[in-house]
Amino acid sequence: MKRIVRHRLFWPVVALISLIVINTIARPQFIGVTVRDGELYGALIDILRNSAPLMLVALGMTIVIATRGIDLSVGAVMAVSGAVALTIIDGSPDPEGVGTVTIAVVTALAVALVLGSWNGFLVAIGGIQPIIATLVLMLAGRGVALLITEGFITTVNSAPYSFISSGYIVGLPVAFLIAAVAITTLALLERRTALGVLTEAVGINPAASRLAGVRARGIVFSAYVATGLLAGVAGILYSANIRAADANATGQFIELYAILAVVLGGTSLAGGKFTIAGTVIGVLIIQTLESTILFLGVPAAQSPVFFAIVVIVVVVVQSPQLHAWVRKLARSRQSANTDAPQKVKVAS
Amino acid sequence: MTTAEASLQRTSTVSTRYATFMSRHASLVPTFAAVLILLVLLVGAQVQFENFLTPGNLSALLLDNAYLVVLAVGLTLVIITGGIDLSVGSVMAFTGILCASLLSQGLPAVVVVPIMLLGGGAIGLLIGVLVQYFNVQPFIASLAGLFLARGLAFVVSLSSIRVEDPAILWLQRTRFTVGEWYITPTGIIALLVVALGAVVMQWTRFGRTIYALGGGEQSARLMGLKVARTKILVYVISGVCGGLAGLLLTAYSGAGYPRNGIGTELDAIAAVVIGGTLLTGGTGYVLGSLVGVLVYGTIKKIISFMGAEQAWMQIIIGGLLLLFIVVQRVIVARSQRRT
Repeated sequence: MKRIVRHRLFWPVVALISLIVINTIARPQFIGVTVRDGELYGALIDILRNSAPLMLVALGMTIVIATRGIDLSVGAVMAVSGAVALTIIDGSPDPEGVGTVTIAVVTALAVALVLGSWNGFLVAIGGIQPIIATLVLMLAGRGVALLITEGFITTVNSAPYSFISSGYIVGLPVAFLIAAVAITTLALLERRTALGVLTEAVGINPAASRLAGVRARGIVFSAYVATGLLAGVAGILYSANIRAADANATGQFIELYAILAVVLGGTSLAGGKFTIAGTVIGVLIIQTLESTILFLGVPAAQSPVFFAIVVIVVVVVQSPQLHAWVRKLARSRQSANTDAPQKVKVAS
Repeated sequence: MTTAEASLQRTSTVSTRYATFMSRHASLVPTFAAVLILLVLLVGAQVQFENFLTPGNLSALLLDNAYLVVLAVGLTLVIITGGIDLSVGSVMAFTGILCASLLSQGLPAVVVVPIMLLGGGAIGLLIGVLVQYFNVQPFIASLAGLFLARGLAFVVSLSSIRVEDPAILWLQRTRFTVGEWYITPTGIIALLVVALGAVVMQWTRFGRTIYALGGGEQSARLMGLKVARTKILVYVISGVCGGLAGLLLTAYSGAGYPRNGIGTELDAIAAVVIGGTLLTGGTGYVLGSLVGVLVYGTIKKIISFMGAEQAWMQIIIGGLLLLFIVVQRVIVARSQRRT
């Protein structure tokens, strides 16, 4: 039992399960999954589908944070990739064609890759603090997206493009499948090869890992490239979902939610040890909380208050100061209760 | 001694003096660079548009950016301690909408303004306590502050509220004119905040403790400086500045709007960095941040003069930020080599 409680995924999982239980008690249809035409529907499926963009961004953020970095530009990269894809589709004579959509998606991902490399270059080779290096693109990226869409919100009607977000394959939403593929690929790359250990080594002590012969530069660089690519995919999912490229609204605050998901999952912002499963659970917690808040009838704009409270509770619960304080409290109670042996038993 | 020799000697002493000055005041170099860029921008715009450097235009520069000046001053203090405050834009929106809402319920401005400042200060206090006593990274703690303030702004009101209180509107509408130059009470408040900030940072124990904290927290603590108090107070000041900026923005726009100031924290950070404050902490000047905001405002004005897309604004500010980061990096690398 103690081992289960000590496991670092214990509290995130408890939070997620209790959210689901609370929702199910409040509205029993929450847990239900119905099958229509071989496709799954239900609140839980919605959560899985809607969480896909955040999931992709948060996965990348996990790796970047593990290297002691941070990437603030993910929202801007999303905006650029959505803008590139939709502008290509909008400008082509055949917006419904699969070929057009493929070209648009590939181009958008290539642009996202370039933006990710730019961040990687500044951090890994330029040696600039990650917060500031990615702040540059965070500021400039949205401007680039606005230039691409020429200041308008580009809207398109393209069935193959919408399919990326709202379509179904083997009864499951495509967006969820894309996220699942990303999770699996990343988990295999990081945990079935030495890459994950090397990443953690770089995050725990860059100097020592370099002396040990780890190519820190390449690892840090590729972390930002991967994050850029994942953010690009997220941008495509987002724009396919709303069928529009809105340079200002796309991915707004997503960097903050992604960081929150990573922290909720138990990865420390100080770098080093990271957990992909934790991030996945963190994203699901955020999405479930969002759905709960909406169900409560709270306007979506007010939901940040709840997230602020969650952030504060999580960081305070995780803080070593509180643990030390609780331990001290428990010890002083224990010493005060030496006359009452039963109570000591309970306390220990 | 011929005149040629004399002049040669003089130039050599000037250049050695310059070198000594530069090596002693290396931290001033980025701020000088910012002043230089501001001058180049102003002169360039004047050459390009001819009617750019008018008193009215320059007065408007301060008026339009008064709220950003106040935010940047608060943020400068936080950044010099080595922290960061992402919440400033949201705090500004929250206090602004709170102000409009309370005024529309009939409360007098005398009561409302202190409430705004207290509201901003309370969010700052929350961030400061999280940072100091719970060891939360400033980035995350102020992120919580950002979410909280933004959400609270929407809790107060989902739509914009007009302000008709004469005292608040007076701040904006009154113009003290000297010739064609003018300044509004909002501009005076902004300049007063800058002056106060500069004096506090330069000549008070509190200000010097802030620099010491940014230079090395451990050393500051070992020197017996009041680290905990200073650190929390810095975030409270930033919050109060956010509240004051909310007042200025409400007066400027004549309304409170919960969507105000999305992304303003980035503009403020950019202005502070352009003004020569190092994001790693320890060096920076409040006056530099004023210059940073003016550079920001001038670029904005030039873009509107050119009739170009506002999108260029974000790209240019991003580019400038990059330039300054590189300049600072070079300076830091140099000073490290010297020691």
